[in-house]
Formats: sequence, structure tokens, C-alpha cells
Amino acid sequence: MAADTVRGVRKAGRYGLLVFVAVVVLFPIYAVVMQALKSGPDSLDHPRSLLPVDLTLSTISAAWDQGDLGRLLLNSVFVSIMVTIGVVVTSLLAAYAFAFLQFPLRGPLFIAFLATMLVPSEVTVVINERTADSLGWINSYQGLIVPSLASTFGVFLVRQVFLQLPGELREAAALDGVGHLRFLWEVAAPLSRPTLGALGLFTFLGTWNAYLWPSQVIRGDRAHETIQIGLERLKNNDISKINLVTGGLVVAALPIFIMLVLFQRQLVRGLTAGAVKG
Amino acid sequence: MAQVRLEHITKRFGDGSEAVTAVDDVTLQIEHHEFMILLGPSGCGKSTLLRMVAGLEDPTAGDVFIGDRRVNDVEPKQRDIAMVFQSYALYPHKTVAANIEFPLKVRGVGKAERAAEALRAAEVLGLEPQMKRKPGQLSGGQRQRVALARAIVRNPAVFLMDEPLSNLDAKLRGDTRAELVDLHRRIDSTFLYVTHDQVEAMTMGSRVAVLSDGRLQQVGTPQEVYDRPATAFVAQFIGTPPMNMLPPGMLGSDAVQVGIRPEHLRLTPGGELHAIVKQVEHLGHEVLLFADANGTRLISRLDPSSFVPEVGDPVAFDAEPGRLHRFDATSGERVS
Amino acid sequence: MNRRLRDVPWAIVMLLPSIALIAVWTVYPLVKAIQKGHLRCDVTGTKCRDAGWGRYWDVFTSAEFQHALGVSLKLMVLTVPVGLLLGIGLAVLADKHLRGIGVFRTIFSSTVATSVAVASLVWFTLLQPQIGVFADMFSGWFPVVKNPGLLNDANTALPAVALSSIWANLGFTFIIITAALQSVPRDLYESAFVDGAGSVRRFTNVTIPMIAPTLLFVGVVLTTRALQTYGEIALLTGGGPNPEKPTTTIPYLIYGRNSLISNDLGTKSAAAVLLFLLSLVLALVQFRGLEKRVHYGR
Repeated sequence: MAADTVRGVRKAGRYGLLVFVAVVVLFPIYAVVMQALKSGPDSLDHPRSLLPVDLTLSTISAAWDQGDLGRLLLNSVFVSIMVTIGVVVTSLLAAYAFAFLQFPLRGPLFIAFLATMLVPSEVTVVINERTADSLGWINSYQGLIVPSLASTFGVFLVRQVFLQLPGELREAAALDGVGHLRFLWEVAAPLSRPTLGALGLFTFLGTWNAYLWPSQVIRGDRAHETIQIGLERLKNNDISKINLVTGGLVVAALPIFIMLVLFQRQLVRGLTAGAVKG
Repeated sequence: MAQVRLEHITKRFGDGSEAVTAVDDVTLQIEHHEFMILLGPSGCGKSTLLRMVAGLEDPTAGDVFIGDRRVNDVEPKQRDIAMVFQSYALYPHKTVAANIEFPLKVRGVGKAERAAEALRAAEVLGLEPQMKRKPGQLSGGQRQRVALARAIVRNPAVFLMDEPLSNLDAKLRGDTRAELVDLHRRIDSTFLYVTHDQVEAMTMGSRVAVLSDGRLQQVGTPQEVYDRPATAFVAQFIGTPPMNMLPPGMLGSDAVQVGIRPEHLRLTPGGELHAIVKQVEHLGHEVLLFADANGTRLISRLDPSSFVPEVGDPVAFDAEPGRLHRFDATSGERVS
Repeated sequence: MNRRLRDVPWAIVMLLPSIALIAVWTVYPLVKAIQKGHLRCDVTGTKCRDAGWGRYWDVFTSAEFQHALGVSLKLMVLTVPVGLLLGIGLAVLADKHLRGIGVFRTIFSSTVATSVAVASLVWFTLLQPQIGVFADMFSGWFPVVKNPGLLNDANTALPAVALSSIWANLGFTFIIITAALQSVPRDLYESAFVDGAGSVRRFTNVTIPMIAPTLLFVGVVLTTRALQTYGEIALLTGGGPNPEKPTTTIPYLIYGRNSLISNDLGTKSAAAVLLFLLSLVLALVQFRGLEKRVHYGR
């Protein structure tokens, strides 16, 4: 009986702690969402602004109009989808070559390839901005998309999966006269679908959330601006309209939260690839 | 007419001092519609030999002929062969029907014709009920039959099989052996079959080629190989339990090893070979007697209805006349 | 035909897209930045002359770079240990089979969905003096919050940035450490339990050694992110408040709109190369850790 009680108290204690921590972690998001759902003056009346009463979409719609958020969202969606498709395709092709083809210097080339993972974008943007400028790609979709179309990490990840496919599968296909592209398309790629899904999701999120490069290659051109850098303009407006920022934040973050909930498993797979053994 | 000819085939892996000779100067001719077994322990080079016929490996030296054509430089797909792998190598994401059709699809055969051909191949192997399933939903035996169907759907001149039964359990293996022999009878292809299992070799092959350390030891019908092994290696590799091998000088001259199959080693009071019984195995239809003769192990196969000594008993054996195999003590080759 | 070389045309075709892109957008800018780093330019950035490798030493020892380096290192110290400890704490707290634990796990992972810009602006609004929720609610406890606000006070601006970073990274840290905890074989715990080890002992003698490689990985990622902090600065403080500039990190020094060197390609390049060298040191530490992981991982 006593042991049961102790266990019950412990369990209640753990739940209490879990709830407390959850509240702390979620509070910033909750506060911003509540402010975004209040009309202007209400949003500044704390702590009443934190209560879920008198909700309205007026702030969000004002932010939508003022920030031209529809356009920015479309830009972000377009850029992210293009980059995702590009990365999956270039990674599949290069990973196939590294995993299935015989050619001289394959090993050293792969090592050199991996070594480029060590170069952070914070280092290359200085010159890339000039390259984009000389190509006339400032304020353009090409400027946002093309530099991100290849991913060393993607090549590495997909190659790992390809190497785990049974070698007899490729041999059986070779005996049937299956060419490389056909084997890639009909056998290797479908069998790597979970990894490709994780890579795609990961690339999409990374592109959607990118800040440094878009902030350098897009210079105030709303026609091509992504939502991440467009948010800043709402902030730089009249400080008394700070609530517009909250509206913009909800618009910018909502698609990603929905994706997180829908694709939680793939996201975890992508994040933990290479981080956790086994 | 697909005869397969291997002429002085050598295969070395690696180079310089690291080089390993997997196949060493093998010459072998497989006749049209023969069921040839390549038999040997693991690492003897039998799979490498098969893969060179398939075109998955290139010989270091020597020529491979299929029919009248030298195929050393011919791509695998143009060699008119099909191969069944040990792991079956089925495409896990495709249905059984799609797996069987795939070789035809690659060759650009039309959809309707493909389906008809696949169905015919499936019928041969009794796979019609499984056509819509995926390999993961099949038993080991069914998967094995899908691999066979995928091979026969192409109607190849030569059928290559690399230990196709080794992933099946014992009972299924027995059934499938009979099915393969039946399949061979029904289709017009030449079979080349790699195994380390002498039971498969003895029961299925029209001829057996025994390999050891990359060298061809003997080629012959299963009965020939059993009755007149060409080398001491073949003598001991084929037959269960293996042939007794007496060290030089134990029976006859110092220059030869003498081999006696267990069924030819008879308990005879006053026999020439004296030994102590170490172990007795009652298998129902026969009794195996393990005995020690001055450090040499002897195995004798007895009739259960005859007198069976007990462990520790001193016994004497005699060899059945005319049933001794003599091999050169150094080269291991048959003397008489 | 030589069968050994027959794959070569295919290899070229399949590798070309990736190699060309990486050559143009990763290798070329690195090489070019190393070259340009030699340049010493006048204030307008128009007239430059080659000052050789010594230019790197000049930039490294310059007041601006030293200051930015100090800020970046301080940010590391503020974010990495706390972030790591919070991640472990949350992961251990949620590593129990309880009813509804999935909901808590989703909540703890949730900040992984916030981008740098979103997380920074969330904190920007919360921390605004007078109108921010935190300013209003907690100003009674911490008078400094009231005016000029955490972000506008030279003493608190960097800790406030760190707070935002820690919060934003929490989801990632939690996910990775949770995965590591779940990969610890249960029979290890059971055998420790049978050996009479209490829960604290099981944690220090089984859990920590088993997840140590992952903790190292997370630590390196957090350190790298701290070193590369740019967006948070651009949105929260703009490197300020001036004149102390207590939040001008190295990336902000290079790319920031109000940066002193924003027109000076030579100095920007040199600073970028120095940043690369710093990241390289971190990467080497990471590879060391990876080596170790392989060592006792299997």
C-alpha cells in the first residue's frame, strides 16, 4: 500500500514537472499567438492580452496586407520546393556514382567532396554575393535557388543507403540489361524512399528558414523576397504597431508547425542521421 | 544450341604480392542441355567461375565461349543467360508479377505480351496465386520460385544458379531439388549450378565438376565421381560420412594413401586393421561406428541387424576386396 | 573496350551537377576569399593593394575583430553549457513510458520548427520595453526590464540574445538526445538494476557513458551555431546597442548592415577566412569525437 502511494506521488510529481516545463517552453509561442489574435490596443494590454478572449483575425490580416505576406509566402514556397527537388535529384545522381560506378580516383574524390562540408556558408557568402551580382542574380529567384541546389550532406546520406542495398540486386539488374538511370529510377530510388523523404523535408525546412543568404542576395525587392527576411520590414515599421510583427510571425511559422506535426518521424530521422549510432 | 566452354580460365584478385588466385587454369566444357554442378567447399572459386560465365567478373586469362561465340568482351545482357542468386535478388518494392516481367520490360517487350509471358513462367512454378504480392509477403520457398520464374521468363540459353537452395530449410530444400530437376527436363536450357552441398550435386547433376583451391579436381557423372574419385580431395569431399583415409604405410606401400568408404570397411574378426570403438551412432536404417586405430579415425557403416560392438571394445576391420582407392602420398592423385 | 573504364562517362554525367555547383558556390568563394584577404583597402573600399599574408595577422589583431571574437566566444559560453544541460534535463524527464508522453515530446520538440528569424522576432516582441509581454509582466521583479529593455542595455543585450538562441535550439537538442537515450539497450539498465545500482547510479554509470558521443555531437553543433550567429543579431540588436556593440559577433561584423567593414572587401574576406579557420578547429574536434564513437559504438 505504502509503495503504491510513493509511486503515485512520484508519478504525479513527474507529470507536474512535465506540465510546468511544457508551459515554460510554449509560453513565448503562446504569448505571440495570443497577441496576434487580438486587435491592436488589446494586444498591448498585459496580462489581459494573454487570455484567450476577444479573439480576432484583424491583426493577422493587417499584417498580411501591410507586409505583402501572400507574395512572400509564395516566394518561400516556390524557392523551397525548387531547392528541395534540386537537392534530391543532384544527391541521387552523385550518390549513385559514388556507390555503384567504378571510376579512377573515386575514393579521393569522395573525400574531397566530404571535405567541402567543413566550409560554412558564413564564409562563402562574401564572395558568392559578388558572383551573384556579376551574374545579374541579385533580386532574383536564380540567386536564391541555384547556389543551394547541391548538398554534400545529401550525397553522403543517400550514398550510405545505396551502399546498404544488396549488391546482388545491381548484379541481377545488370544481367537483365538494366541501365544505370533505369536502375536508379526503378530500384535504387524507390528503395531509399524513407531517406529521400527525410532529406527532402530537411532541405525544405532549411531553405524555408534560411536567413543569411537571402538577406544578402535580395535587397528590398518584394517580388522575390522570402518570408523570413520580409518579416523584418514589419518590425521596422512604427513601434506602436509591434503587434503586426506577431501577425507576420504566425503566418511565417504556421506552415512549418503543421509540417512538424505531419512529418515528425521523417524530421527526427533527418536530424538524427549521423548523430546517433545504430 | 548452347554449349558453354571454359578454356584455361584464370582469375586473380588484387595485384603484386597481394594477389589471390581464385580460379587457376580451369578448362571445362558443358554440353547443351546438361545439368552441370560446380561443387566445392567455400572459397574454392566455384562462384567466381560462375560469375565469369555471367560476365559479372572478367577472367584474368583464358576464354569463355557460349555457343560458338567468345563472350569475354560481351556485356552480360547480351550473353543469353539468366542467373538465380543465393539471396534471390528480388526487387522488394515490386510485386511478384512486376518482378517476373521486369527483364522483359527492360528489353522493350509490350505490356500485354509481358503479362502473358510472366503468367506462363508463373504457371510453370505454381506461382499464379502470389502474382499480386510483394516479396516480403512470401515464404522463402516462394521467393526462390519467383527468382526462378524471373530467370525462365527470358528463355535463356544458359541458366546460372549460385547456391539457390542454401537459404531454405532442409525439408523445402529436398522438395525444391526435385522441382529443379523437373524444370530442367521441361525447358531447353543448359544449367550451370554452384553448390557446396554434395547431396545437391549427387541428386541433381548430370555431371559434377569438383573444385578445390581454384583448381578443377575432377569432372564426371555423380556415380563416377563417387566410385572413382580422381584425387584424395574428391574422395574425402564426396560421401557422407567421408571416406576413411589411411596414412601411407598403414595398408600397402609408403608412397600411397589408401582410402576406404565406410560401407566397404567391414567388421571382421582377425581383420587387418585393429582399433578401439570410440562412438556408436544408431541412425535407424544404419549404424555408424567410429573407431580409433593408432591415432587414425575409422568410420564403418553397419547393418543395424548385424552384431554391433560397444564403446571401448577392441575390434578388427577388413576392407572389401577391390574397393580400395590408392592416391599418391604427395600429389594426392589417384594411383589405381 | 576496357571494362574497367566503361563507367567513366556515366560517372562524369552523374557527378557533374553536384561537383559544378559545389565548385562554383563553395570551393571558388573559399579560394577567392583567401586571395582577397590579402587586400588592404581605403575607407571607401575602392582603392586596394596587396598586403600579403601579413594582412591576416593585422585583421586578426585589429580592435574590431578582437572585439567580435570576444563576443562570439562569450555567446558560446552563455549558450552551449546551458543549452546542453536543458536538453539533457528535458530528454531525461520525457524518457518514461507515461500516458500522454507523446504530447510532451511534441511540445519539447516544437521549437525546432522556428527559424532563426521567427525565434528572434518572437523574443524581440516579448522583450520590448513598455509594450512587450515580458517587460510588462516581469518588470516588477527585474526593474532593468522596464527601461531601456534587455536588448537595449549593453549589459543585458548579449544574455538576451543567448536566451533566444537557447530557446530556439532546445527542440533540436531535445530530439537528438531523446533518440540517443532510446538507443541505449534496455538490458544494460536491467543488468545495472540487478547489480543493485540506484537510479542516480544508473544515470551516471550507464546513461551518460552511452550517450556521451551524442552529447559531444550536440555540443559541437551548438558551438558551431553560436560561432555562426548572424540572424539573431541582425533582428534583435543590430549588433548594438552602440557604442559598446556588445552583440557584434564575427558573422555580424562581416555581413551586418551597420558594420564598420561592410564596404571593405579585403577585410571582410580576411575575417571570413579567419571564421573558417575557427570552424575548422571545431570540425576537427568533431571528427575526433566521431572516431571515438566508432571505437566504442560497435
